[in-house]
Amino acid sequence: MSATPNAGAVRDITVWNLNDLVEWDEKIRAKATEFGLDYYPQEFELCDHTGMLGYMAYSGMPSHYPHWSYGKSYEKLKTLYDHGVSGLPYEMVINSNPAIAYLMRDNSLLLQILTVAHVYGHNDFFKNNFTFRSATRAELTIEVFKSAAMRVRRYVEDPSIGVEKVERILDAAHALSWQCRRNFAIKKLSPVEQMSRAEDTAQGQPDPFQKIHARKQVEVPDFHKVPLEPDEDVLLFIRDHNPFLADFEKDLLTIVDQEAKYFISMMETKIMNEGWASYWHKKILESLDLEQGLHLEFIVNHNQVVRPIPGQINPYHLGLKIWEDIYRRYTNPTAEEIKRDGPPAKTGMEKIFEVREVERDASFLRRYLTEDLMREMDIFEYEARGEELVVSKVADDDGWKEVKATLIKNVGTNSIPVLKVEDADFGQNRTLYVKHEHDGRDLHIEYAEKSLNYLQRLWGREVVLETVLDGKRSLLCSNDRGFSVRALK
Amino acid sequence: MSGDTIFREYRISDAERSDRSAGDRLRHRQKVRESIRENIADIIAEESIIGKNKDRVIKVPLRGIKEYRFVFGDNSPGASQGDGDSRPGQVVGKTGKDGPGKGDEHAGDRPGVDYYETDVTLEELIEIMFEDLELPNLERRALREIVSDYSSRRKGYRKVGIRIRLDKRRTAKQRVMRMLASDKRNDAAERAIQESKADREAGDDADVEGALDEIALEEGQLDEVALADSPGAAAFERVSRRFPFHQKDLRYKHVEVDTKEESNAAVICIMDTSGSMDTMKKYLARSFFFLLYQFISTRYRNVEIVFIAHHTEASEVTEEEFFHKGESGGTFISSGYAKALEIIAARYHPSLWNLYAFHCSDGDNFDSDNPAALKDAEELAEICNLFGYGEIKPLGSRYYESSMLNVFRRIQAPNFHTVLIERKEDIWPSFKAFLAKDRVKEG
Repeated sequence: MSATPNAGAVRDITVWNLNDLVEWDEKIRAKATEFGLDYYPQEFELCDHTGMLGYMAYSGMPSHYPHWSYGKSYEKLKTLYDHGVSGLPYEMVINSNPAIAYLMRDNSLLLQILTVAHVYGHNDFFKNNFTFRSATRAELTIEVFKSAAMRVRRYVEDPSIGVEKVERILDAAHALSWQCRRNFAIKKLSPVEQMSRAEDTAQGQPDPFQKIHARKQVEVPDFHKVPLEPDEDVLLFIRDHNPFLADFEKDLLTIVDQEAKYFISMMETKIMNEGWASYWHKKILESLDLEQGLHLEFIVNHNQVVRPIPGQINPYHLGLKIWEDIYRRYTNPTAEEIKRDGPPAKTGMEKIFEVREVERDASFLRRYLTEDLMREMDIFEYEARGEELVVSKVADDDGWKEVKATLIKNVGTNSIPVLKVEDADFGQNRTLYVKHEHDGRDLHIEYAEKSLNYLQRLWGREVVLETVLDGKRSLLCSNDRGFSVRALK
Repeated sequence: MSGDTIFREYRISDAERSDRSAGDRLRHRQKVRESIRENIADIIAEESIIGKNKDRVIKVPLRGIKEYRFVFGDNSPGASQGDGDSRPGQVVGKTGKDGPGKGDEHAGDRPGVDYYETDVTLEELIEIMFEDLELPNLERRALREIVSDYSSRRKGYRKVGIRIRLDKRRTAKQRVMRMLASDKRNDAAERAIQESKADREAGDDADVEGALDEIALEEGQLDEVALADSPGAAAFERVSRRFPFHQKDLRYKHVEVDTKEESNAAVICIMDTSGSMDTMKKYLARSFFFLLYQFISTRYRNVEIVFIAHHTEASEVTEEEFFHKGESGGTFISSGYAKALEIIAARYHPSLWNLYAFHCSDGDNFDSDNPAALKDAEELAEICNLFGYGEIKPLGSRYYESSMLNVFRRIQAPNFHTVLIERKEDIWPSFKAFLAKDRVKEG
């Protein structure tokens, strides 16, 4: 006891109460504002591990419609957690205004401080990144999910509908929910606008010498074709073009699509967003003058979160690395970098705030993941050879560009095949013709079969998917007689 | 700073309410069960479960409740981070898993992420399996239940009983409780507690026994009010200081006698182990026997299993030998039946045992043996609850090999049943058909 003279002065840093959090929150917010973060009002909710597992299963939403898949997801999370395979996140933030974050009540004071700072990073990102600004209206998030939950519950309880009929649609809709637009900043044209665009395209460029030129033959576009332009929003397309759907079925499709769009933004910015939050929790905590005990704990935990994980891409690590690198290159560029890129036109701070607003993961990596960083992090490409996954390329002089391209192909929605509805009346038979935009990666055929069956269930008639299998253009068909694959010549 | 950040305190009531996934979990479990039931025929045909211990946990692939999406297949390379010196050609993982490590958790990322199987114990599986079957009506066999076990076990305490079952500790406790309850005797109570503490420390229980003998004497004197008013106040003092045991304090251990009625069943597995029975045929036979044994085990408390292997002669063998030992030579089916009848006569009298016999063979019997086989089969059908013959003919072979099915067609007994098993998918339907016979008989 008497061995350490300072023993009495050291507070037990694991014990905290709500007032501590409020105090720390004020300090953190002051710093965040000082650094220029621009965030929604924040709400924190303390929860225990069951609560956290529950939020995780339902994507953090305080209310969410019921479906057995969430029960499955809960069981899975719980099993992993109970067996110690995976821990729980320190926090969870949802993109809403005010932003809502959940804190684990069992965590130590330092973890809470770290988490609160981290949350403000996410909050700022949600409020400012173009992906979120164009896709969601944060002030409505909670209400939208709540209203969807109420509607689905009503359908389930409705004696003329019931759980079976609801699941019939939800199961199928879940299988297709990611088949929607990915970049919401690009405006989707209405059918009328598509029509006038088709007209313009058919007419070609206005010819200043019309009088002396022979009149070009204008081909009249087929305005009866549905859709005029290939449509990526598969669920919405079905909702609008399958006349046999009941109102509740249309509503269910709308609900699933709406929810998918909320998560597409998350998916599209995972690396940037986690990197950004880690960048700011680090910066804020470093500026807080933590007492020694807290500081050491901070370093341990911070390193734990942002450590590289061999064999994986840790978005916290990769994101943080890139953000720090951008800041460094605009603050202290090496002589070589000045020679190559010229002197920086912006300060590091200006630059990173600009980047957080205008990029998403794919463009962020493409523009800011440098060869040096790739080498430093030893990012490699792997592919399946037989039963094994084998390193095929590493970030050396020859390979780094290809490795980077592969990495970009696997981030965000790039890891999801692009399918577009081409024709709703293929062969004048009301067959739905969908085309997979093949980019060198084949579809997984078993998954494609099952998903296509779901598509057929929603469409109510035959569906055909054009894709490429082993280099051959092929048609996958799902109709009443079952599933078939046919190679095209 | 404006205090606009809101902290919501953790509340137990919220936490309890937050088991929001209960409904969806229930629905999920229903789906799991449904899925298992739909695929039961495939699952039980898997070699891995045949002949395993009941507590064994098996992984059952679930087809119905996997969540599918459009995903990329095997020819899509991935990228991840190495430990600093990755070289081309290095093996970093296995396919079928998501990426080299665990991968990040994008929904819809790659197949394999959602590879779904569940753990069930064999017992659960069997329960689900037999849920499907209309169970044979077993009531008639109540007659065959015998008392198999007689045991007594402790159950609670009583205020009356015989001296030998007196629970001294509880009796002493009762006394202390009564003492504490009576206000006037607080001193005495404390003293008694002290005493009993001292006793316990000394490990001395005998005192209670001694005191007990006085109870009879003192019972008459225990009316306190009467005592206090009586001239014998000194006696009262004495008694109150001592605070003796009262009849009401006594606690006796209560013992109940348990009888256990047992219903017995014997499963008699007869298999042709002649040269023509190859591994595949034995595997099919084994699957059938396994199902039969499991089914019978769920119906009866005491199930015994007998293995009889025969070629031209029959012998009783162990399970190991039954399935693995190959013999050579020809076949006399009647030898197996005769052996079965012999064992039944010696050990399983039909009035005490429910008998289930099943015989698997490829039907390649010596013609000269057929009349004897027929006679013995009829006899077996007579004494068994159910007797079956399964002819195992891997696909195609039945066109050129001889068959016993035609011979056994002559047996009229309603509880005799023949099945033809050509591949493992046939096992479950055959098994159901076999049991259906039992139902007919009982009905």
